[in-house]
Amino acid sequence: MMAASGGEGKKSVVKPVHEVMAMGGQKFDPTVYVPAVSSYYTDARGRMLSLPFNSSTTVFYFNKEAFQKAGLDPDKPPLTWNEVATAAAKLKASGAACAYTTGWQSWVHLENTSAWHNQPFATKGNGFDGLDATLTFNGPFQVRHIGMLADWHKKGWFTYGGRKNEPEAKFFNGECMMLTSSSAAYGHIARNAKFPFAVSALPYHADVKGAPQNTIIGGASLWVMAGKKPEDYKGIARFFTFLSQPELQAEWHQQTGYLPITQAASDLTRKQGFYDKNPGTDVSVRQMTARAPTANSKGIRLGSFVQIRTVIDEELEAVWADKKTPRQALDDAVARGNDLLRKFEKANR
Amino acid sequence: MEKRVRFRSRWLPYALVAPQIAVTLAFFIWPAAQALWQSTLVQDAFGTSVQFVGADNFIELFGDPLYLRAFQVTGAFSLAVAVVGLALALLLAVMADRVVRGATAYKTLLIWPYAVAPAIAGVLWLFMFNPTVGVVAWWLRHLAGYEWDHLLRGDQAMALVVVAAVWKQISYNFLFFLAGLQSIPKSLIEAAAIDGAGPVRRLFTIVLPLLTPTLFFLLVVNVVYAFFDTFAIIDASTQGGPSKATETLVFKVFQDGFRGLDLGGSAAQSVVLMAIVIALTVIQFRYVERRVQY
Repeated sequence: MMAASGGEGKKSVVKPVHEVMAMGGQKFDPTVYVPAVSSYYTDARGRMLSLPFNSSTTVFYFNKEAFQKAGLDPDKPPLTWNEVATAAAKLKASGAACAYTTGWQSWVHLENTSAWHNQPFATKGNGFDGLDATLTFNGPFQVRHIGMLADWHKKGWFTYGGRKNEPEAKFFNGECMMLTSSSAAYGHIARNAKFPFAVSALPYHADVKGAPQNTIIGGASLWVMAGKKPEDYKGIARFFTFLSQPELQAEWHQQTGYLPITQAASDLTRKQGFYDKNPGTDVSVRQMTARAPTANSKGIRLGSFVQIRTVIDEELEAVWADKKTPRQALDDAVARGNDLLRKFEKANR
Repeated sequence: MEKRVRFRSRWLPYALVAPQIAVTLAFFIWPAAQALWQSTLVQDAFGTSVQFVGADNFIELFGDPLYLRAFQVTGAFSLAVAVVGLALALLLAVMADRVVRGATAYKTLLIWPYAVAPAIAGVLWLFMFNPTVGVVAWWLRHLAGYEWDHLLRGDQAMALVVVAAVWKQISYNFLFFLAGLQSIPKSLIEAAAIDGAGPVRRLFTIVLPLLTPTLFFLLVVNVVYAFFDTFAIIDASTQGGPSKATETLVFKVFQDGFRGLDLGGSAAQSVVLMAIVIALTVIQFRYVERRVQY
């Protein structure tokens, strides 16, 4: 999508948000938006290209009742992957059919886990600095992380439940006791789970220097198409100002589990006492904003990324099915992904 | 005697075929030409940058081992769908042909699955076989001790899409087989019975040989069905996974073209599919129709 905004002088399909706001005469301060969110949709010169809309990040959910039953402290969530392993062993011993599962495996275990440990996913600042980026998620860190999950899968601690959010059903129906997935799954889980559960930060490897860094977002943003009448852009600009109001954003954040896109909306939510009443709902916000993003944790901007995620899904499935070693699968995923990147580069020169 | 119809007016015959020609041009020739042209281009998702690359898309396609694998998957899938689908439908038709009481109700019930949209069929079977909540998966685990997990087991995923595709097509096959069976003259069968041939002997020496035209027709129809009309079933149930175990050629066209927005590469795949349809049609008219006695 980013290529749509074009380089300088190239015919553009979309109109950048900063231009739309200027045309509409709306007061527009890009710094009110949470940087960890807006940086994803900002060009190299810091100008906002699209308006963040439904952004979420990856968090950890666990079944407090099952923790109690397994002799674990339900008020002490496992913070590191080692602690998750210990919990998984105890949960299995207490008779749980499935200890841990994950939604969005590529997003959680490669994209976010890389950022969370300040490891590169691709060269050129994860693709932000040019179309000639190449994938690097087959580094020793990622091979080790996927290797750990493959080992858990063999031990029966990790159950694979599908590529998207299907595994969330395994969590709220009580089959799996721990889950990593989108923070936006909160509403869905809260409505369906018949047991007490809690949300905590995405686990990390304690021995990796710099971890935890910050996680990155997933979701969508609002793009404005080019070639409309000036009065249309005025209307769009007013609509964007409306959408960015703290009250509206706070309500959206509280009802859905998506991130508030402005700092003011986050502050308002805190003032309204929502985080105190619903412990864990601010995990996603803190995870995104605790540290200033690095080149490895700013986000990922790659062509054909939807296809690359499918490639990653396919290769990871080969690991869980024990058909490929973690190293071989990640090497293959990188090679296949790089082919797609070169093709995209060729098409978007 | 002259069989040809002669029109007195010169323009009337053209006017009469014009609507058909217009439909063919608009819905077949034009898109096909479009696909041919697009298969020689590389372009971005919005069509703002378009380059002519000649046969590059095709060279890339046939150099890609994953594309060749999609061929194998499609072959195995089509063969399974055609063989299982035809065998089951024939069995059902032979049985239905012998039923005397309640025959209409029985036949009507067998025709029902044909009215179900393919996507619904896919979701239906997916629900039953879902490793987490599916009732069949539960039976398999608790009654037969068989672990069903088509999210990771490629062979099981393939079995799932074959079952859904066969189920969807069985009514169609059944109808044609039943009609074929009922058009076999009773006198032939009765004569054989008088000569002392039992039901099984009559089936193999009289009924099946007389049924070959139907059988060959259905064979081609089923292969074409498995090739082209099962997209919705696969999209709704396995999405081509796990690890491409159920990614057929048609599904790959969609995946690369509409998900990956690689329009040129996807168009090249469509052109290859077009060639396959043409070949299948030629085979049907040239060999099958000729060799089969009507």
